[in-house]
Amino acid sequence: MSIEFNMPSLGPDMAEGTLVEWRMAPGQAISRGDVVALVETEKGIIEIEAFHEGIVERLLVEPGAHVPVGEPLALFHGESPTSAAPSPSIAATAPTRVRISPAARLRAQALNVPIDRLAGSGAGGAITLEDVEKFATTPAAARAGPAMRHAIGTAMARAKREIPHYYLMQTLDFGPVRAWLEDFNARRPVEARLLHSALLVKAVAKAAAEVPGFNGYYRGQAFQPERQVHVGFAIAQRGGGLVAPAILDAANKDLAIVMREMKELVVRARTGHLRSSELASPTITVTSLGDDGVDAVWPIVFPDQVAILGAGRVTDRPWVVGGQVLPRPVLTLTLAADHRVSDGRAGAKFLARIAALLSSPGEL
Amino acid sequence: MTATLQERILKVLSQVAPDIDPQQLRPDVNLRDQFDFDSMDTLNFAIGLKLELGVDIPDADFRELASVARCVKYLQSRIAA
Repeated sequence: MSIEFNMPSLGPDMAEGTLVEWRMAPGQAISRGDVVALVETEKGIIEIEAFHEGIVERLLVEPGAHVPVGEPLALFHGESPTSAAPSPSIAATAPTRVRISPAARLRAQALNVPIDRLAGSGAGGAITLEDVEKFATTPAAARAGPAMRHAIGTAMARAKREIPHYYLMQTLDFGPVRAWLEDFNARRPVEARLLHSALLVKAVAKAAAEVPGFNGYYRGQAFQPERQVHVGFAIAQRGGGLVAPAILDAANKDLAIVMREMKELVVRARTGHLRSSELASPTITVTSLGDDGVDAVWPIVFPDQVAILGAGRVTDRPWVVGGQVLPRPVLTLTLAADHRVSDGRAGAKFLARIAALLSSPGEL
Repeated sequence: MTATLQERILKVLSQVAPDIDPQQLRPDVNLRDQFDFDSMDTLNFAIGLKLELGVDIPDADFRELASVARCVKYLQSRIAA
């Protein structure tokens, strides 16, 4: 029997997805959990996985096509019925199997091409030498850039149209944090060191768990608070675009774990290896543009979330300490939040709590 | 010696930032300017260099990783020391 493989829904805010590339070809045998397509959504590029077995009969759309949720992408021939939308959690755990010719594998190694990102055009969907060469000569931005820009535009336009933002800002003396971080890192090997962005993620997670009204979603004309805090961490793509995968349950993770996951997420985010569970689950987001030299960022809340925390660079400024004006490293934090859910006073408490937690990194 | 070290550095670079095109690399230009390298990239680069070369680079020396050419020079001195 023929089974429709449909555009899955990877979140309530997803209306459509853009097919970036196929990871399967007609005639190919597909197992449950195989990555079969890369799809760009409002939450970035997601590895879509099959959740049933079958043989690919026909691919119904070409890369670049915008496909509404629930519309067919391909036809499988298989024994078991299927539903349209694999759950992100199922998709996140399944392994990837790759069929590739020996020559293509050697060439992929030589060119450092990740073979699990290739769509095979050979017999039975096997990756050929030509597939590897083609991938290697296509700039990363050209492979996904336009679709990502469209997705970001769609999400941000919706945010600006629907979410009544309010903004708050707080600048803090970062000297004690910097001193703590320098001391911490000086006593550890490079693989165990921290960046201050990890402190920020943890501080936001703990504050969001303590102060109600900022962790969750606005859906169906009501705020739906979430119990766990999954902090989306905005990662810029080289050449433009960004994704914001989550550090799951960040409030209850050690700083070292948060840091390790952030390091891994950055590499995977930039190579299209993010899992649907990471992209579908942020309950609040952090964006830091300090590396790019700005003093502060005024971020846009990502629908259906209700708050986002922005951080600028750490920079020396005149600062009053004990009645004297001294040069101090300072960091400016900004909060954008949804007025349908909270007010400025609650936002001020939330932001102050983040700043207080960040200022005591040893207790994070 | 220098060519070999540079090759090993480039290998690490392609591992920690597999989305960059090594063919476009200009050794004398800052990685930040060429490839939008950020602090997380630099940390991952330093971790990769330790795995490859056994050199643990302190935070204070991360500026020496700004470009491949500078990185070669710095690591030559560290390995020779």
